[in-house]
Formats: sequence, structure tokens, C-alpha cells
Amino acid sequence: MKILVCISNVPDTTSKINFTEGDTKFDTNGVQFVINPNDEFGLTRAMWFKEKQGATVHVATVGGAQTEPTIRKALAIGADEAIRINAEPTDGFFVARQLAEVAKNGGYDLIIAGRESIDYNGGMVPGIIATLLDMNFVNTCVSLEIEGTDAKAVREIDGGNETIATSLPLVIGGQKGLVEESDLRIPNMRGIMMARKKALHVVEATDAPTMTADVKFEKPAAKGPVKLVDAGNIDELISLLHNEAKAI
Amino acid sequence: MSVLVYTESDKGNFKKNAFEAVSYAYEVAQQLGDTVTALAINASDCSVLGQYGANKVKHVSNEQLTNFNAKAYANAIAEAAISENAKTIIISSSADSKFLSGILAAKLNAGYVPNVVAAPVSTSPLVVKRTAFSNKGFAHTEITSETRIIGVSNNSFGVVEHGVQVDVEDFAVQVNDKDFGAKSVEVDKVVGKATIADADVVVSAGRGLKGPENWGMIEELADVLGAATACSKPVSDLGWRPHGEHVGQTGKPVASNLYIAIGISGAIQHLAGVSASKTKVVINTDPEAPFFKAADYGVVGDAFEVVPQLIEKLKEFKAQNA
Ligand SMILES: Cc1cc2nc3c(=O)[nH]c(=O)nc-3n(C[C@H](O)[C@H](O)[C@H](O)COP(=O)(O)OP(=O)(O)OC[C@H]3O[C@@H](n4cnc5c(N)ncnc54)[C@H](O)[C@@H]3O)c2cc1C
Ligand SMILES: Nc1ncnc2c1ncn2[C@@H]1O[C@H](COP(=O)(O)O)[C@@H](O)[C@H]1O
Repeated sequence: MKILVCISNVPDTTSKINFTEGDTKFDTNGVQFVINPNDEFGLTRAMWFKEKQGATVHVATVGGAQTEPTIRKALAIGADEAIRINAEPTDGFFVARQLAEVAKNGGYDLIIAGRESIDYNGGMVPGIIATLLDMNFVNTCVSLEIEGTDAKAVREIDGGNETIATSLPLVIGGQKGLVEESDLRIPNMRGIMMARKKALHVVEATDAPTMTADVKFEKPAAKGPVKLVDAGNIDELISLLHNEAKAI
Repeated sequence: MSVLVYTESDKGNFKKNAFEAVSYAYEVAQQLGDTVTALAINASDCSVLGQYGANKVKHVSNEQLTNFNAKAYANAIAEAAISENAKTIIISSSADSKFLSGILAAKLNAGYVPNVVAAPVSTSPLVVKRTAFSNKGFAHTEITSETRIIGVSNNSFGVVEHGVQVDVEDFAVQVNDKDFGAKSVEVDKVVGKATIADADVVVSAGRGLKGPENWGMIEELADVLGAATACSKPVSDLGWRPHGEHVGQTGKPVASNLYIAIGISGAIQHLAGVSASKTKVVINTDPEAPFFKAADYGVVGDAFEVVPQLIEKLKEFKAQNA
């Protein structure tokens, strides 16, 4: 089985978000970039398929040279090869086109992307790839098992879970649940050394239009101070929630 | 021309997000000078959509579409868009709509913007306001493609009544066996309980509760309020609660009217996922807990004392206001 894990390079979850150039650009100053958490769960599940079922795991990212430390980390965690598509990830459609092109040429049986990137929260890349390549697709995937070409996936729905029977070739949009938190791996010294010797292919982007453009950013309006209610005076809390907030 | 809106239903009944999506479509259509056509699949009372601004409902009644299937549903929406020559398509932000969004975008070669929280900023060019950076910011996004898909965030635009004269017509769609390459075999869903995605009120608890055995009072509080229950990430990582209850940046987003956080410190990753809620209440022993900076109302106190009181007082309140 040949697996491609799509990795988006995102600001660390603790990052403070600021904008520059008249609120038209995300301010990357002092921001630490990491593997998108949803992709890290997918990558870790891919490592399981590698170790238990002999899968080959490649990772791909669409981004400039500054994203290489993030894909090197994926190699250090255990991916076999990495592909960087050398282009700014301008929008989800553009990114999906690039990844679909690489995936088509690579003949992958399973493409693991994330439910969404935690920066722009597009949530469209896996669905577009699956449709462009005419592959099966399961989104918000929280469990994935594969036997031969049969796959059993569980996806999170509003209010529960749905079990889905499908088959390879398959694309998933993964998230937490694919593996447990405790299964996530921090690269060790040996992994980091080995990663240096692994192939990181840089390929040029194919021509593709962008469909959307962020023209301006805003930060949420500052919040007023919290109204504190005495623990012995819960009636007041109820009255505030009813009369002032109109929340109950 | 018309703005097409996909209206979700469950066992024939429209979901609240369907009414919100139609309300939003009406606003967009007003701005564009278009009418609103809704697409409904196996719904029982389509004419109700007129109340929220639909001029026409295309109703698909098809047994093969009894269960949600992302590809087949995306096909149906695409066929409706083509038959109406609709260039603007509105969907919700439910798990199902997000599942089909990428498929639909690829089929229609359309730009898609999810998590939209307000009426368009402008219509030519079409610019919409959406959340980005997991609710730590907003983006104004221009959709430059000819066909465009807008995903409306839950509980953001709101449900607005208009009372429009509505025509309901049957619409037959092509269903291909190929679309069922991923097939539902089992749905495991809590029934009779509000879900985090649709609930007006969400009651959420964190590590401050000390152990899974203490969730009885959380369930009871949720019961009194008709609320969904949620939890912080470590609580689901520890197996105290199911993963599906985990909310935050890497869990489910919450956009309820009221969010009550009990024994949750308010880490940045947690707040990112819940800050879209309108009113936030925190109950925490530590007055320095970061959640107090993000909340509207706060009680500095022990959950094991405050929550039982809150349950009692709410029961009295409900009895009086019933
Ligand atoms: C990559 C990444 C992604 C993450 N994503 C998420 C996410 O999506 N969602 C999320 O929630 N977290 C997320 N986290 C974890 C986050 O950083 C925090 O660790 C987590 O939110 C803390 O959970 P908590 O508030 O339940 O626990 P704690 O931080 O341990 O807080 C417990 C709180 O309970 C209070 N308390 C104790 N006893 C009582 C009592 N008797 N009565 C009342 N209050 C009491 C304490 O004062 C404290 O404030 C993420 C972390 C990382 C690294
Ligand atoms: N620039 C990128 N390079 C590689 N994969 C990406 C990129 N952007 C998004 N993805 C993948 O698509 C998923 C969903 O992203 P998005 O649609 O941007 O929210 C991510 O979790 C990644 O797996």
C-alpha cells in the first residue's frame, strides 16, 4: 500500500494572531510553524500502516522553502520520502489541484489529508482531491482500518459517529481519534539523523487558478470585563442570564 | 437568476441550520437582485421554507438518498445549480455540508468559503466575512470564480422570517451506483439529546471535575437547560468522556447562544474553538484562570458546590417561567 499524507504548515496552536500591511497579511513574525494537528494524527496513523502492514509513506506539502523544517519533521517521525510543491498555497482549490497532480503521478492507494488546516480553516482540500481523482472519500475520519483493498472508516457526524464501508483508492480528511493523543511521536535523535538522508523532492507547481482571495483580516472586538457573581448568589447569575444576556 | 440554497433535513424534518441557510440566501438574493431556490432532499413539508425567504423549492424524493451520502448529495446540489443556472450556492456548516463542500466545489469548479458569519460585505466583487485562524480572527474573502459556494456558520446570521410565496416542485436527480463507493453501514447517534453542533446551550466541563464519576451533575445541568454536553481535550484524552465531546481548536467548534465552562482553565486552544458562542459563563476555583478574561459572566467557586446550586435554582426558574 502506498500512502500520501498531505501536510499543511501552520502556526503553532499557542500562536497569537496578528496582521500586518494594513491588515492584509498574516504576521509571521515570531510565529513557530508546525505540522497541522489534524495532519499529525493522519501521519501517525500512516506510520501504523507502515509498521504493521508494510505500507510506504510519502508526505507532500504545497509551500515555499520555509516549510521544509515542517516536512523534515514528518520524515523524522518516519515518513519515507517528502515532496514539496514549490508554490504559495494561495487557496484551497489551488492547493488541492497541486496535490492531486502529485498524487496522480505517484499512484497512491490512500491519501490522508486533515479535516481542516487550523490557520485558514478551509476544509475543502481532501474533498476536492478525491473528486478530481475520482477516489472514494471519507471526511472527519476518526478511525480507519484497511484489509487488502477494503477499508472500514468511522466518521464523526453531528451528535455521533457513522461507520462507513469503502475501498481503496481512498482519500480521508482525518482528525483526532485516528490515533490516540499518546500515540503521537516526538522525533528522536536517530529519526532526525535519518531524515537528513531521506529524499525531499522539490517539484514545480502546475498551472491552476485561484478562486478566492483574502483581502482583509480583522481581530475579534475586544471583550468587556467579566461580570463576577458571588458563589453564594446564584440567583443573580440566573437573573443576568435571563434579563441581560437573554440566554435562558 | 437564483441563489440556490441546500436545506438539510433529518428524517424528513428540516434542521434549524436549513432555516438559517435560507435566511442567509434571502439576504444574498436581495443584494444581488435574484430569487431564492431551495433544494430539499426527502423532506416532508417544503412549503415552510417560504417563511424564511425561499421563492421556490426543488424537492428530491428518492429512496436511494434516504441516508446522507456526500457524493450523491453533492451531485444532486450540482444538478439543481445547473438546472437553475445558479451561480451562488449557500450551504450550512454542519458535518454533512462540510463533507460534501469540497466535492461540490470540484464538480462546479467553484470557489468555496466556509464559516461565513455575516451578510456579504459587498456583492461586486463578492466579499464575505468568515472566521479564520480557528476563531482567533476574521478574514474578508473575495470569491473570484464564476460559481461560488458560501458556507454559513451555525448561529451566526440567525434565522430571519420573511413570509415569501413559495412554489414547490419535484426534482428528479440522477443517482449513480458509483457514488456509493463509500457506504454508510451504521449510524451511532445519541437520540433525544441536543448535539454540540445544533444546541442553543452547551454545558462543558474540564479537568477540574477530577474524574468521570463526577459527570452526573454536568449531565443533569445539561438536562435542565436542554443543553448538549462537551468537554476539554484532556478530558477526552483521558477517556473520561467520548472524543466526540471534545471542543476547541482541534475538537468541535462551538457556536451556541450560551456556553457554560466548568473547571476549564481556558487555554488558548480551548478558547479558539468556543469563542464564537454569544454568552460565555465560567465556573472555576481559580480567579486567575484565563477563562475569566474571555467570559461574560463568572463565578469564582468550587464546581461541586456551585453546580448543584445552579441546577436547583434553574429548576425553580424553569418552573416559574414555564
Ligand atoms: C496542539 C494542541 C491542541 C489543543 N487543542 C485543544 C482543544 O481543541 N481543546 C481543548 O480544550 N484543549 C486543547 N488543547 C489543550 C489545552 O492546551 C489545555 O491543556 C486544555 O484545554 C486544558 O484543559 P482543562 O481546562 O480541562 O484542564 P486544566 O488546564 O487542568 O484546568 C482545570 C481547571 O479547573 C479548575 N478547577 C479545579 N478544581 C476545580 C473545582 N473543584 N471547581 C471548579 N474549577 C476547578 C482549575 O482552577 C483549572 O483552571 C490543545 C493543546 C495542544 C498542544
Ligand atoms: N499547503 C498545503 N500543503 C499540503 N497539504 C495541505 C495544504 N493545505 C491544506 N492541506 C491539506 O488539506 C487539509 C485540509 O486543509 P484546508 O482545506 O486548507 O483546511 C489539511 O489538513 C492538509 O492535509
